[in-house]
Amino acid sequence: MAGELEREMRDLLQKNFEPSHLNVINDSARHHGHSGDDGTGESHFTVEIVSPHFSGQSRLARQRMVNAALGDIPGQRVHALAIRAFAPEDAPSDLSHPV
Amino acid sequence: MSNSQERIAQIVNDNDVVLFMKGTPYFPQCGFSSRAVAILEHCQVGFEGVDVLQDQEIRQGIKAYSDWPTIPQLYVKGEFVGGSDIMMEMYEAGELQQLLDQKQVAKAS
Repeated sequence: MAGELEREMRDLLQKNFEPSHLNVINDSARHHGHSGDDGTGESHFTVEIVSPHFSGQSRLARQRMVNAALGDIPGQRVHALAIRAFAPEDAPSDLSHPV
Repeated sequence: MSNSQERIAQIVNDNDVVLFMKGTPYFPQCGFSSRAVAILEHCQVGFEGVDVLQDQEIRQGIKAYSDWPTIPQLYVKGEFVGGSDIMMEMYEAGELQQLLDQKQVAKAS
Protein backbone atom coordinates (compact mmCIF):
# COMPACT_ATOMS: atom_id res chain seq x y z
CA MET A 1 0.00 0.00 0.00
CA ALA A 2 1.30 3.45 -0.90
CA GLY A 3 2.35 5.61 2.04
CA GLU A 4 1.45 9.24 2.54
CA LEU A 5 4.76 10.67 1.33
CA GLU A 6 4.80 8.38 -1.66
CA ARG A 7 1.35 9.64 -2.69
CA GLU A 8 2.36 13.25 -2.09
CA MET A 9 5.44 12.87 -4.30
CA ARG A 10 3.45 11.14 -7.00
CA ASP A 11 0.83 13.92 -7.00
CA LEU A 12 3.44 16.71 -7.13
CA LEU A 13 5.34 15.06 -9.99
CA GLN A 14 2.17 14.28 -11.91
CA LYS A 15 0.99 17.87 -11.60
CA ASN A 16 4.34 19.51 -12.44
CA PHE A 17 5.62 17.32 -15.26
CA GLU A 18 2.68 15.59 -17.00
CA PRO A 19 4.85 12.48 -17.23
CA SER A 20 4.39 9.72 -19.78
CA HIS A 21 5.97 7.39 -17.25
CA LEU A 22 6.09 7.82 -13.49
CA ASN A 23 7.29 5.39 -10.89
CA VAL A 24 7.75 6.32 -7.24
CA ILE A 25 9.43 3.35 -5.60
CA ASN A 26 9.73 3.02 -1.85
CA ASP A 27 13.13 1.42 -1.16
CA SER A 28 12.93 1.92 2.59
CA ALA A 29 12.63 -1.76 3.48
CA ARG A 30 16.00 -2.41 1.84
CA HIS A 31 17.57 0.14 4.18
CA HIS A 32 15.96 -1.12 7.38
CA GLY A 33 18.24 -0.48 10.36
CA HIS A 34 20.60 1.68 8.29
CA SER A 35 21.53 5.10 9.73
CA GLY A 36 18.99 6.91 7.56
CA ASP A 37 16.11 4.62 8.55
CA ASP A 38 13.84 6.81 10.67
CA GLY A 39 11.34 4.04 11.35
CA THR A 40 8.54 5.62 9.29
CA GLY A 41 8.96 3.15 6.45
CA GLU A 42 9.23 6.16 4.13
CA SER A 43 12.90 7.13 4.27
CA HIS A 44 14.35 5.96 0.93
CA PHE A 45 12.77 6.43 -2.49
CA THR A 46 13.59 6.17 -6.15
CA VAL A 47 11.74 8.31 -8.68
CA GLU A 48 11.67 7.24 -12.31
CA ILE A 49 10.07 9.86 -14.51
CA VAL A 50 9.79 10.50 -18.24
CA SER A 51 8.40 13.87 -19.27
CA PRO A 52 8.60 16.19 -22.28
CA HIS A 53 9.46 18.96 -19.78
CA PHE A 54 12.98 17.47 -19.60
CA SER A 55 13.68 17.78 -23.32
CA GLY A 56 16.81 19.81 -23.97
CA GLN A 57 17.68 19.98 -20.26
CA SER A 58 20.95 18.72 -18.80
CA ARG A 59 21.05 15.95 -16.19
CA LEU A 60 21.76 18.53 -13.53
CA ALA A 61 18.87 20.73 -14.66
CA ARG A 62 16.44 17.79 -14.70
CA GLN A 63 17.31 16.78 -11.16
CA ARG A 64 17.05 20.37 -10.01
CA MET A 65 13.58 20.56 -11.57
CA VAL A 66 12.48 17.39 -9.76
CA ASN A 67 13.97 18.52 -6.45
CA ALA A 68 12.31 21.93 -6.80
CA ALA A 69 8.92 20.36 -7.53
CA LEU A 70 9.22 18.19 -4.42
CA GLY A 71 9.96 21.18 -2.15
CA ASP A 72 11.19 20.16 1.29
CA ILE A 73 10.82 16.41 0.71
CA PRO A 74 14.29 15.55 -0.72
CA GLY A 75 16.96 15.52 1.98
CA GLN A 76 14.64 16.71 4.73
CA ARG A 77 11.45 14.67 4.93
CA VAL A 78 13.02 11.86 2.94
CA HIS A 79 16.54 10.72 3.82
CA ALA A 80 17.45 9.52 0.34
CA LEU A 81 15.93 10.13 -3.05
CA ALA A 82 17.37 8.63 -6.19
CA ILE A 83 16.16 10.35 -9.36
CA ARG A 84 16.10 8.98 -12.89
CA ALA A 85 14.64 11.72 -15.06
CA PHE A 86 14.40 11.46 -18.84
CA ALA A 87 12.81 13.12 -21.83
CA PRO A 88 10.74 10.80 -24.05
CA GLU A 89 13.47 10.81 -26.72
CA ASP A 90 16.27 9.68 -24.40
CA ALA A 91 14.41 7.38 -22.00
CA PRO A 92 15.93 3.91 -21.64
CA SER A 93 13.80 1.07 -22.99
CA ASP A 94 12.64 -0.07 -19.53
CA LEU A 95 11.05 3.37 -18.99
CA SER A 96 9.74 4.07 -22.47
CA HIS A 97 6.44 2.24 -22.16
CA PRO A 98 3.40 4.30 -21.13
CA VAL A 99 2.22 4.60 -17.52
CA MET B 1 28.92 35.42 2.86
CA SER B 2 28.75 33.23 5.93
CA ASN B 3 31.71 31.35 7.26
CA SER B 4 30.51 27.95 6.02
CA GLN B 5 30.12 29.25 2.46
CA GLU B 6 33.64 30.67 2.50
CA ARG B 7 35.06 27.42 3.85
CA ILE B 8 33.29 25.41 1.15
CA ALA B 9 34.45 27.78 -1.58
CA GLN B 10 38.01 27.34 -0.37
CA ILE B 11 37.74 23.53 -0.33
CA VAL B 12 36.33 23.30 -3.87
CA ASN B 13 38.86 25.79 -5.20
CA ASP B 14 41.87 24.21 -3.49
CA ASN B 15 41.17 20.66 -4.73
CA ASP B 16 40.65 19.47 -8.31
CA VAL B 17 38.12 16.83 -7.32
CA VAL B 18 36.08 17.01 -4.12
CA LEU B 19 33.44 14.59 -2.93
CA PHE B 20 31.24 15.78 -0.08
CA MET B 21 30.11 12.52 1.44
CA LYS B 22 28.92 10.68 4.52
CA GLY B 23 31.88 8.86 6.03
CA THR B 24 35.34 8.64 4.52
CA PRO B 25 36.48 7.13 1.21
CA TYR B 26 37.74 4.11 3.22
CA PHE B 27 34.60 3.82 5.35
CA PRO B 28 31.60 5.35 3.59
CA GLN B 29 28.58 5.56 5.91
CA CYS B 30 25.90 5.57 3.24
CA GLY B 31 25.23 3.49 0.14
CA PHE B 32 25.08 6.52 -2.13
CA SER B 33 28.40 7.88 -0.88
CA SER B 34 29.89 4.42 -1.24
CA ARG B 35 28.74 4.27 -4.84
CA ALA B 36 30.19 7.72 -5.56
CA VAL B 37 33.58 6.65 -4.16
CA ALA B 38 33.53 3.46 -6.25
CA ILE B 39 32.84 5.48 -9.41
CA LEU B 40 35.77 7.84 -8.76
CA GLU B 41 38.03 4.88 -8.04
CA HIS B 42 37.00 3.31 -11.34
CA CYS B 43 37.97 6.57 -13.04
CA GLN B 44 41.34 6.30 -11.27
CA VAL B 45 41.18 9.85 -10.13
CA GLY B 46 42.55 11.28 -6.92
CA PHE B 47 39.99 13.15 -4.86
CA GLU B 48 39.44 14.89 -1.57
CA GLY B 49 36.67 13.26 0.47
CA VAL B 50 34.94 15.63 2.89
CA ASP B 51 33.01 13.79 5.60
CA VAL B 52 29.96 15.96 6.30
CA LEU B 53 29.04 13.83 9.32
CA GLN B 54 32.10 15.27 11.06
CA ASP B 55 31.18 18.87 10.33
CA GLN B 56 27.62 20.10 10.83
CA GLU B 57 28.44 23.53 9.41
CA ILE B 58 29.55 22.04 6.12
CA ARG B 59 26.75 19.45 6.17
CA GLN B 60 24.13 22.21 6.14
CA GLY B 61 26.20 24.75 4.21
CA ILE B 62 26.91 22.53 1.22
CA LYS B 63 23.20 22.17 0.50
CA ALA B 64 22.85 25.94 0.12
CA TYR B 65 26.19 26.32 -1.66
CA SER B 66 25.23 23.86 -4.39
CA ASP B 67 21.48 24.46 -4.19
CA TRP B 68 21.25 20.67 -3.91
CA PRO B 69 19.39 18.89 -1.10
CA THR B 70 21.29 15.62 -0.75
CA ILE B 71 24.74 14.12 -0.13
CA PRO B 72 27.01 13.00 -1.85
CA GLN B 73 27.98 15.92 -4.07
CA LEU B 74 30.82 15.99 -6.57
CA TYR B 75 32.86 19.05 -7.55
CA VAL B 76 35.44 19.06 -10.33
CA LYS B 77 37.71 22.12 -10.61
CA GLY B 78 35.28 24.20 -8.62
CA GLU B 79 32.25 23.21 -10.69
CA PHE B 80 29.31 21.29 -9.25
CA VAL B 81 28.77 18.08 -11.22
CA GLY B 82 25.91 16.46 -9.30
CA GLY B 83 25.01 13.68 -6.90
CA SER B 84 25.46 9.93 -7.18
CA ASP B 85 22.67 9.39 -9.75
CA ILE B 86 24.25 11.87 -12.14
CA MET B 87 27.72 10.45 -11.45
CA MET B 88 26.46 6.95 -12.31
CA GLU B 89 24.69 8.07 -15.49
CA MET B 90 27.75 10.04 -16.62
CA TYR B 91 30.08 7.19 -15.76
CA GLU B 92 28.01 4.67 -17.72
CA ALA B 93 27.90 7.01 -20.71
CA GLY B 94 31.67 7.63 -20.55
CA GLU B 95 30.98 11.30 -19.87
CA LEU B 96 32.55 11.46 -16.44
CA GLN B 97 35.91 10.36 -17.83
CA GLN B 98 35.46 12.90 -20.64
CA LEU B 99 34.83 15.66 -18.13
CA LEU B 100 37.89 14.69 -16.07
CA ASP B 101 40.03 14.60 -19.23
CA GLN B 102 38.66 17.92 -20.48
CA LYS B 103 39.41 19.56 -17.17
CA GLN B 104 42.84 17.94 -17.18
CA VAL B 105 42.46 16.26 -13.83
CA ALA B 106 45.47 14.12 -12.98
CA LYS B 107 45.08 10.37 -12.54
CA ALA B 108 45.62 8.99 -9.06
CA SER B 109 49.21 7.95 -8.53
